[in-house]
Amino acid sequence: MNVSISINGERITREIEPRLLLVHFIRDTPGLTGTHWGCDTSNCGACVVLLDGAPVKSCTMLAAMAEGHEIRTVESLEVDGVLDPVQKGFHELHALQCGFCTPGMMMTARGLLDENPDPTEQEIRTAISGGICRCTGYKNIVAAIRWAAEHPNGVKEEVHA
Amino acid sequence: MTVVENLPSPQTERPIGFGRLKRKEDARFIRGKGTYLDDIRLPGMVHGAMLRSPFAHARIVSIDTSRALAHPNVAAVVTAKDLETLGLAWMPTISYDTQAVLAGDKVRFQGQEVAFVIATDEYSANDALSLIDVEYEPLPAVVNARKALDPDAPLIRDDKAGQRDNLASPLWEAGDQEATDRAFAEADTVVSRDIIYPRCHPAPLETCGMIADFNPETGQLDIYNGNQAPHAHRTVYAHVAGLAEHMIRIRCQDIGGGFGNKVPVYPGYVCAIAGSIVAGVPVKWVENRSENLMSTGFARDYVMHAEMCSKDGKITGLRVDVIADHGAFDSTAQPTKFPAGFFHIVCGSYDLQAAHVQVKAVYTNKAPGGVAYRCSFRITEAVYLVERMVDALALEMDVDPIDLRMRSFIKPEQFPYETTTGWTYDSGNYAETMRVAMEIAGYEDLRREQAEKRARGELMGIGVSFFTEGVGAGPRKHMDILGLAMNDGADLRIHPSGKAVVSISAQTQGQGHETTFAQIVAEELGIPPEDVEVRHGDTDRSPYGLGTYGSRSTPVSGGAVAIVSRKVRDKARLIAATMLEARPEDLAWEKGRWYVKGDPEKGVLIEEIAERAYNGEELPEGMEGGLDAQVIYDPPNLTYPYGAYIAVVDIDPDTAHVTVRRFIAVDDCGVRINPMIVDGQIHGGLAEGVGIALMEVITFDDEGNCLNSSFMDYLIPTALECPDFELGETVTPCPHHPLGAKGVGESPNVGSPPAIVNAVIDALHATHGVDHIDMPCTPARVWAAMQGRPAPPQ
Repeated sequence: MNVSISINGERITREIEPRLLLVHFIRDTPGLTGTHWGCDTSNCGACVVLLDGAPVKSCTMLAAMAEGHEIRTVESLEVDGVLDPVQKGFHELHALQCGFCTPGMMMTARGLLDENPDPTEQEIRTAISGGICRCTGYKNIVAAIRWAAEHPNGVKEEVHA
Repeated sequence: MTVVENLPSPQTERPIGFGRLKRKEDARFIRGKGTYLDDIRLPGMVHGAMLRSPFAHARIVSIDTSRALAHPNVAAVVTAKDLETLGLAWMPTISYDTQAVLAGDKVRFQGQEVAFVIATDEYSANDALSLIDVEYEPLPAVVNARKALDPDAPLIRDDKAGQRDNLASPLWEAGDQEATDRAFAEADTVVSRDIIYPRCHPAPLETCGMIADFNPETGQLDIYNGNQAPHAHRTVYAHVAGLAEHMIRIRCQDIGGGFGNKVPVYPGYVCAIAGSIVAGVPVKWVENRSENLMSTGFARDYVMHAEMCSKDGKITGLRVDVIADHGAFDSTAQPTKFPAGFFHIVCGSYDLQAAHVQVKAVYTNKAPGGVAYRCSFRITEAVYLVERMVDALALEMDVDPIDLRMRSFIKPEQFPYETTTGWTYDSGNYAETMRVAMEIAGYEDLRREQAEKRARGELMGIGVSFFTEGVGAGPRKHMDILGLAMNDGADLRIHPSGKAVVSISAQTQGQGHETTFAQIVAEELGIPPEDVEVRHGDTDRSPYGLGTYGSRSTPVSGGAVAIVSRKVRDKARLIAATMLEARPEDLAWEKGRWYVKGDPEKGVLIEEIAERAYNGEELPEGMEGGLDAQVIYDPPNLTYPYGAYIAVVDIDPDTAHVTVRRFIAVDDCGVRINPMIVDGQIHGGLAEGVGIALMEVITFDDEGNCLNSSFMDYLIPTALECPDFELGETVTPCPHHPLGAKGVGESPNVGSPPAIVNAVIDALHATHGVDHIDMPCTPARVWAAMQGRPAPPQ
């Protein structure tokens, strides 16, 4: 079947098998491998992307279901060299280690802050509870999302290796 | 790189050295630009998928692959028969046992590898699995380790000549049995417990996988893989596949967590390699989550019986008898001479009169493994046992569990301390660390709060653990894995501009090596850490070494990097002497420069020395040009980090749900290179400890069916189950490590489960008479304990 999905503002049209999962569509077609998969059962959240602004697990959606919708992935967070406050917060607060859950956590955070710009610690914990991080123990992720809430315009300092 | 809160050198004001330096590797990860195994796509690449056994124990009557081969997108189906022709049907394990790559005669655990399909794409490969017809003749399964040696137990390893029972490794002992008997005979109080450390799984968020790319023209085998020890894996593949070691290149790019699960070689890897050699194209194989949980390296599964005794208010003796469940193939990860790993560190942090430990291992119809899930070889099991026993003894003696620990600790003046089971602890001040934890916790106030709550019918528990870990394996005189010394290399090159590249054999899986190891060079040479590139994860571009597990990166590789930096500094001194027209012995070092003693203005920066090392000007007599060095570091001893942990739990009296309300962790890991990264490591390990104590477990039914084969059943704590961890520190440098550092990554996983379980028992003992519970403390198990009923099986 033929599907047409907007990913990070770019319309991608492709002939696919009807059973193709959205996560595979995103990773294969535009090659946006920042969206990961970790569990197959919608438990880990490594595959979270924004669908029309709301966090969804892209391993539990068929690509065909995203037809006509707007998808945002981790690759869209940085705009013209300016980091999203969530990205900056994760770096500032050491909210990532192996980096595998990070895109899903950051997209969940972006979705939360768009909906609720000033979340409490408990609201943050609830929002990210659909995701698993094996490295950080969540403390710094929670702090990073709070940091992003307190710095909605980010700061100019660059992050590079 | 962003430099914040980093400590400038007072002399030079250059931002160098140790401190809370933000991580270099973040730059790619926060942009979604990491390169994990499944992100790699090679031209012409095909995909593998594994058919697995539905039975725990069954004879294979026949395998018919014809329908799968007829699938238009299937290129090949590999079975044991095909591998036999290549000599690859069986592979050696880390523990000198053998493991079937693909089952030919029998399947011995549910999820065992039976056939490998290669197809043009992942979906087709998985479709073809259902087109393979395997006829099985089911056999009775051995599930309970305690019954594995029963005379009527079915024989699991009938493939091994001379194997007549399910004993996987013979009785192994440490300590002095007679002295221990004497200690018990003289004791005032004796307690005993049967304690299980149940099977759990490291479950890194990225599963295991490989791309094998064999070039038939050149004979070169390129491997992309996320493993924790690429050099050791290369040596194993050279032996297993009969390939020339120098024609194998392993690249481990970004790894989505390891925690011990990515130490072993798995059958899927061998199948991908064999597939690429036969097909001549790159073969990718990535397991799904169920495959990861059902077939790759599990952890723990120790069935233990222990007795502990005291005299005059102090712990004096310990006696331990263990049955280790190794699953169907013995692929436990530990140094060769230690069949029970470092379990005999079970004397813990206490000055015991005597101890005796015996361990025997059995085969069962369960997945093989026995990897160290974020711990140094079986130390988690040892710490859990001793810390549970100390609490049991304190209950019996009716004393505060901290008081008993304080009275029994090894004292600072006793270090270096020889334990009765043969370890030489390097340094420590245990009582001080315990006091810091009590202060952060407000221990006395907590006890008062508990009494008040108890009076109101609320259930609150305070649990303590104090652990000593032995990490950084290890000295070549004592240990090896598969005959390979457990040493690590470092190669440091300073370029003419003063920028540096350091290559290491440690393999990060998220530990921040690109930052920490740059900081070590920075500290030693005075080069800003942003000017130091850390190379790793590529056997063609890094020196030989045994990788990262057992908290060995800083103790071993960190030592190597410090020493190689000092070698470069020593050479720089000779060049500086020529440049300054002074004698080398008249020069003094401060971060980043050599200067003339007594004339500090007269000096040269490391960058100037580097330039001189490569330009056409004169060098000291007989010296080769360039500014670089290489070392292989053989640590003289393990390092012994330790810590005091206090957990505060609340238990819902109606649902038996346990909430970890507070967790206080005071770690002493010696000198901290990057305290931010150290704290992060501790947070992560504590979360895993919360999981193990409360929810993570791999269980089986009587037929050997795995009951926890996805994240819907293998529960991992989320942000809602983890408290806001409260950390503290003491710093007791390691006397033999070049930087005084000890390693820390695994301490929190080792130390936290006993604190939480001790807290659960502390909450329930006075009101419900509970004096023992096995993990995980799920509501069903805690509820049963509260009712005085036997616990449901793990």
